[in-house]
Amino acid sequence: MEKETKAFQRVYTKLFQLTKATVSLRAQGVGNDELAIVDGRLAQVVKIIGDMVTLQIFGGTEGIATNAEVIFAGKSPTLKVGDDLAGRFFNAYGEPMEGGEIMGEELEIGGPSVNPVRRKQPSEFIPTGIAGIDLNNALVTGQKIPFFADPDQPYNQVMAMVALRAKADKIILAGMGLTNDDYLYFKNVFDNAGALDRIVGFINTTEDPPVERLLVPDMALSAAEYYATKKNEKVLVLLTDMTLYSDALSIVSNRMDQIPSKDSMPGSLYSDLARLYEKAVQFPDGGSITIIAVTTLSGGDITHAVPDNTGYITEGQLFLRKDSDVGKVIVDPFRSLSRLKQLVIGKKTREDHPQVMNAAVRLYADAANARTKQENGFDLTDYDERTLEFAKGYSRKLLAIDVNIEMEEMLETAYALFSEHFKPEEVGIREEFVKKYWHK
Amino acid sequence: MNTIGNVTGIIANLVIVETEGTAGQNEICFIKHGDTRLMAEVIKVVGNKAYLQVFESTRGLKVGTEVEFMGHMLEVTLGPGILSKNFDGLQNDLNKMDGIFLKRGEYTDPLDFDSKFAFKPLAKKGDKVTAGSWLGEVKENWIAHKIMVPFKFNGEFTVKSLKEDGEYKLNDAIAVLTDKDGKDHEVTMVQKWPVKVPIKAYKNKPRPFKILETGIRVMDTLNPMAEGGTGFIPGPFGSGKTVLQHSLSKNANADLVVVAACGERANEVVEIFTEFPELEDPRTGRKLMERTTIIANTSNMPVAAREASVYTAMTIAEYYRAMGLKVLLLADSTSRWAQALREMSNRMEELPGPDGFPMDLSAIIANFYARAGFVYLPNGETGSITFIGTVSPAGGNLKEPVTESTKKVARCFYALSQQRADSKRYPAIDSIDSYSKYLEYPEIEEYLNSTISENWTDNVHEAKDILLRGKETYEQINILGDDGVPIEYHIRYWKSELIDFVILQQDGFDAIDASSSLERQDYMLQKTLGVTRMEYDFESFEDVGPYFKRVINALKQMNYSEFDSDKFKKNEKELEKILKEQKQEEKEEAKA
Repeated sequence: MEKETKAFQRVYTKLFQLTKATVSLRAQGVGNDELAIVDGRLAQVVKIIGDMVTLQIFGGTEGIATNAEVIFAGKSPTLKVGDDLAGRFFNAYGEPMEGGEIMGEELEIGGPSVNPVRRKQPSEFIPTGIAGIDLNNALVTGQKIPFFADPDQPYNQVMAMVALRAKADKIILAGMGLTNDDYLYFKNVFDNAGALDRIVGFINTTEDPPVERLLVPDMALSAAEYYATKKNEKVLVLLTDMTLYSDALSIVSNRMDQIPSKDSMPGSLYSDLARLYEKAVQFPDGGSITIIAVTTLSGGDITHAVPDNTGYITEGQLFLRKDSDVGKVIVDPFRSLSRLKQLVIGKKTREDHPQVMNAAVRLYADAANARTKQENGFDLTDYDERTLEFAKGYSRKLLAIDVNIEMEEMLETAYALFSEHFKPEEVGIREEFVKKYWHK
Repeated sequence: MNTIGNVTGIIANLVIVETEGTAGQNEICFIKHGDTRLMAEVIKVVGNKAYLQVFESTRGLKVGTEVEFMGHMLEVTLGPGILSKNFDGLQNDLNKMDGIFLKRGEYTDPLDFDSKFAFKPLAKKGDKVTAGSWLGEVKENWIAHKIMVPFKFNGEFTVKSLKEDGEYKLNDAIAVLTDKDGKDHEVTMVQKWPVKVPIKAYKNKPRPFKILETGIRVMDTLNPMAEGGTGFIPGPFGSGKTVLQHSLSKNANADLVVVAACGERANEVVEIFTEFPELEDPRTGRKLMERTTIIANTSNMPVAAREASVYTAMTIAEYYRAMGLKVLLLADSTSRWAQALREMSNRMEELPGPDGFPMDLSAIIANFYARAGFVYLPNGETGSITFIGTVSPAGGNLKEPVTESTKKVARCFYALSQQRADSKRYPAIDSIDSYSKYLEYPEIEEYLNSTISENWTDNVHEAKDILLRGKETYEQINILGDDGVPIEYHIRYWKSELIDFVILQQDGFDAIDASSSLERQDYMLQKTLGVTRMEYDFESFEDVGPYFKRVINALKQMNYSEFDSDKFKKNEKELEKILKEQKQEEKEEAKA
C-alpha cells in the first residue's frame, strides 16, 4: 500500500502535448478515470497508451506550460456525503462554495447501475399543484422527465415551483451552465420558501469553464443515491440544462479527435445521457430518485440530437407554450406526455381522473380545429363557438403554470367548465361518473 | 495452457493487450483487476496487440494488468431452466446477484445446477444420432424440454447407453455416445454454444408458409407476420413501439417468447417483471412469465454487453427452436445495438460509414435477421423463430443507416405514425405505409384462404383499397371544404374511417379487445365489408357522418364483447337494425 501511495505522490513536470482541453505526459502506475492535479487544476485520465497518459483538464488548459506540475490522486472523482450536505451549495468538484468542509463518507461518483430486477415499479403520485402537470401529465416517483423548452421560456421558474411543491424529502439542484442570475434566483426562491434545509446544490455557472459541467450531474446523482439508499428518502433531482451538458461532451470528444455523429455530438451521446437519467429509480425500501430536467431547444427543433436522444431515454417530456388567447404560459396538453401517469391516475387519484383528463384534452383539440376553421374563413357552428370559449377557461384556470390547486379542485374546475359550455353527452364521460360528479 | 497478456492501453472500454501467445477474433478474456475479473472480448488483433472491448467499466484499470485469454468465444449455457429467468446480456442470472446495485465483475450461473429435473428418454440404445437429435426430455414449466446431442458434436454417433426415467441434476451424464472411431462421449443435460455462430442443427429452412397469429388485427388482418418471419417496427419516441412489443409478447400465439431489452429504459423491463408473473396467457391460461425469458441490458448497463445481449437472445431462441417449438424473439431496440457497434468502431479509429456507423453495419444486421426462420428438424418435426425488432431512428427520420439496413432484410415493416399516436388511434401502425411481403407469397395466400376463409386475401386487399382511397379523399375534402366535394367523397372517407375504427384500432388495455382470434377477425372483416359494400344515397353530406358513427359504435361494441356471446349477438342485432333502417329510408326516398 505504502509503496503505491508514494508512486501517486510522485510529481511529474514534463508535458509533451497540450490541447485546449487535454494534456499528455509520460507516467506510470496510473489508473483509468483517475484524478490528477495539473498546475493546481483538477484533471482526469481519459486515455492511457503504454506510459503515455492523456488528461482532460476540467478548467481548460489556458496558461498551462509544458513544465506544469502534475500530481496523480490515485482515485476517481468522489463526493463527501454526510448530514451537513443539506442546505449547501457546491461547485462542480463537490467543494462547498462558501468554504468549509463536509464531514462524512467519501463516495465515488458515477457509480454502478441498479440491478433491474431489484427495482420497484414506480407507483407514487407527485402532486405539484400545477394542473397542466398533475391533471394531464401526472408525475410519479422514480420517473425521469425533461422540459423541452426554448431558451426564452420560464422553465427554471416552473422547475423551482415544482420542486418546492412536490413533497420531496430532498431537492438536489444540478446547475450546468446556469447564468449567475438564475443561480441566485434558485437560491432566493428556496431561501424565501424556508426550504433551504431540504436543498443541495451543485452549480456550474456560465462564468465557470464548460468542461467542469461534466462532473455536475454525477455529483448531484451520487448525493441523491446517498439520501435515497442510506436514508430511504424521496429525492427530487433537477438537472438544468442538459443541452449545455451535452455541449460540454461534444467539446471534449472533439478535442479527443473522435468522429462526431449527428449534430456534431459524440456517437456515445445516447449512452452518456442514459447513464445519468437511468439513475432515476424507485428503490424497494421506499427511497426514490425522481429526475426533472431541462433540455433547451433551438427554435423548437426536437429532432436535434440532444432532445431526440433524450426523448428515447426519458419517460415523457413537458412542453411550455405561450397561449396568446389568455396571455399566459401554459403546459402544452398536446405535446406533453408523462409515460408513467397510467400507473397513478385513477388509482392514486380520483377514479374519474383519466376520463376527465381525456375529455378536456379532446375538447381542447376540437377548439384548435375550430380556430383553424375560423382562420381559413369558414363559418363556425355553435359547438365550435362553445369549444373556443371552453378553451379559454381551460387555459386560464387549469393549464396556466401559475395555477396552484389540489387535485380534487382541478377535477371540480374541469367539471365546472364542462357544464358551463357543454351537455354531458358532448363531453363523453362515462355514465356513472356523470351521475356522481357532473355540476348541475 | 491459456494465453496470458498484459494491458498496454486503455481508452474508455477499449483495452489494448500485448501478448506473446495466440489470440482469436471474438475470444473471451478476463482482465485481473484487483480482486475482480473483468470480462472482455477480442475485437481486433494487430501483430502482438489484441484490442478488447470490456463488458464492464474500466475505471481504475492500469497498464501492466494481467489478462487471461480463455480460448473460446462468448458462449451461452443451454439447458433446462432457462425459461422464466431474467438474464443480463451475458446470460448472468440477475436474480442471483446480491444487493441493489450491480457489482463490477460479478458473474452468476445462468442455470440452477443443484436442481433436479425429471428426465424421460426418447432415444434408445443403438440409435444413430447427430447434433441436435433428441435423446430425452424433461419438464420445464409446461414445455417438454428436449435434451439434445450437443450442437458441437460433429458427424454421426451411436447411442451406447441412456439413463432411464428418473431425477437428475444438470451436470449428470444422461447418455454415452460412441463416435465412428469407437470413442465414447458423455452427454449431460447442459451444453454451451458461442452466441455469434448460428445453430444449424436442422434439415432445411423453407420459405415461411404459415401465419403467426398475434391477436392484433392491424397486423394479422392487414399485414400478417409469418411464422418464422422477420419484421421491424421503426418509430419516433412516443409512438408506442414498446407498448406494441409488450402487446405482442402478451398475445402472440408462440410457445415461448424471448425478449431482448437492449439499451432501453429500465422501468419498462420492470413493468414486464411486475406484470408478466400476474398476467395470463390468453390461450393456455398459464402465467405469461412461464413462457417468457428476458435478456435485460438496459441503457445504463455496460455498452459492450448490449451488443452481446441480442446474440444471447437469438442463441437461446435457436436452442428452443431445435426442440420443435414456435419461438417469438423480440428485440427492443436494435438501434441501441447498432450504436454500441458505432461506439467501439469509433474508439478503434476505423474509417466510419454513414452517420459514423461501421461500414459493415448492413451485413451485421442482415446476418442477424437471417438466423430467424421456419425449419424442418432432422426428425421431421418443425420449429420456428419469428423475429421482430424495433428501430429508433434518430429524429424520426427513416432515411438513416439502421432503418435502411433493416428494411433491406426484414420482410414486414410496421410503420408507427406519430399522427395516429397523437390522435390516440392505437396501435399507431399506419396500415398504408406498412407492408408484409408475406401477403404476396403464394404459399401464404393459399394457407390463409384454406385455413381462415375462402375469400380472405381478396377481402384483405379490398379493405386496404378502401383505406387508401379514404386517405386520398380526406385530403381532397380538406382542400375543397365539406360542401365543395360530391357526397360520394364523404361516403368514401367514412368507409375508410369505419375500417380504421373497427379493424385497425384495438384497445390493448381491454380484457376482450386486446386479443382477437383469426376466426373473429374474419367474422368482423366480413361484417365491416358488408357495410362498405352497401350502396348509399344520402340527402346531404351532413347525414353521412352520423350514420357511420352509429355503425362504428355498434361494431365497436361487438369488439368489446366476447365472441359469439349473447352480448355480442345483441350488438350485432343493433347493427342490423341500423343497416335496415338506412335501406328503408333510402327506398322511401327513392319512392318519393
